[in-house]
Amino acid sequence: MPQDKLKIRSVLRDHGRLNQDISLITDDADLYKSGMTSHASVNVMLALEGQFDIEFPDHFLKRSIFSSIDSIHRAVNELHASH
Amino acid sequence: MHSETATLFRKLVPRDWHGPDKQPLCTGFDIVQISRISASVDCFGKAFTHRLYTLRELTQVTHAHALNLGSLAARFAAKEAVIKALALSEAGISWRDIEVVKLPDGHCELQLHGRVAARAHQAGCRQWQLSLSHEGDYAGAVVMALRS
Repeated sequence: MPQDKLKIRSVLRDHGRLNQDISLITDDADLYKSGMTSHASVNVMLALEGQFDIEFPDHFLKRSIFSSIDSIHRAVNELHASH
Repeated sequence: MHSETATLFRKLVPRDWHGPDKQPLCTGFDIVQISRISASVDCFGKAFTHRLYTLRELTQVTHAHALNLGSLAARFAAKEAVIKALALSEAGISWRDIEVVKLPDGHCELQLHGRVAARAHQAGCRQWQLSLSHEGDYAGAVVMALRS
């Protein structure tokens, strides 16, 4: 598994308030269906910014961006590329 | 409790509610746990507060150099309620463009800025009304606007 996805999983474990173990969640699974609230997604965003030294611009603050590990990974890569 | 209360509100106040002159209403509701907002402040500090709240909001909820966490949580609920009312979850907006302003008489009102104000205008939503409350570990907000 790519290192970035392991870091994303670590952030989700600590801040996502998920109702199941992160190891049981697939990369494409809907995190909101696993209990993540909009408030938890804010915490996840802030933790990702610290973890990856990036900043999510306002136009990235969409529910769909934080809906799965895959979508978060794509966003992190995009922000890294433009950093 | 969060989802159950939200579901109950949706049953009581459906999206197609109408005002006294049969004008459709735009409605939103949210409830949050104050302790979770407090935990976010403890964990992320200014990264959390300055990302979500305007300086005016932070000034108005600060008393004796300490944040009033119930008021802070109620304002978070108000921002989420507006996002729901205008269906902005995919719009990519700043939380600071949804501002709760405490008036001299103690009442609070919504002030929308930037892209949120533009989206509200496009949706024909006007005359926003706001109600905030907090009790125990929960804070909630209801927002309504006439839709022309």
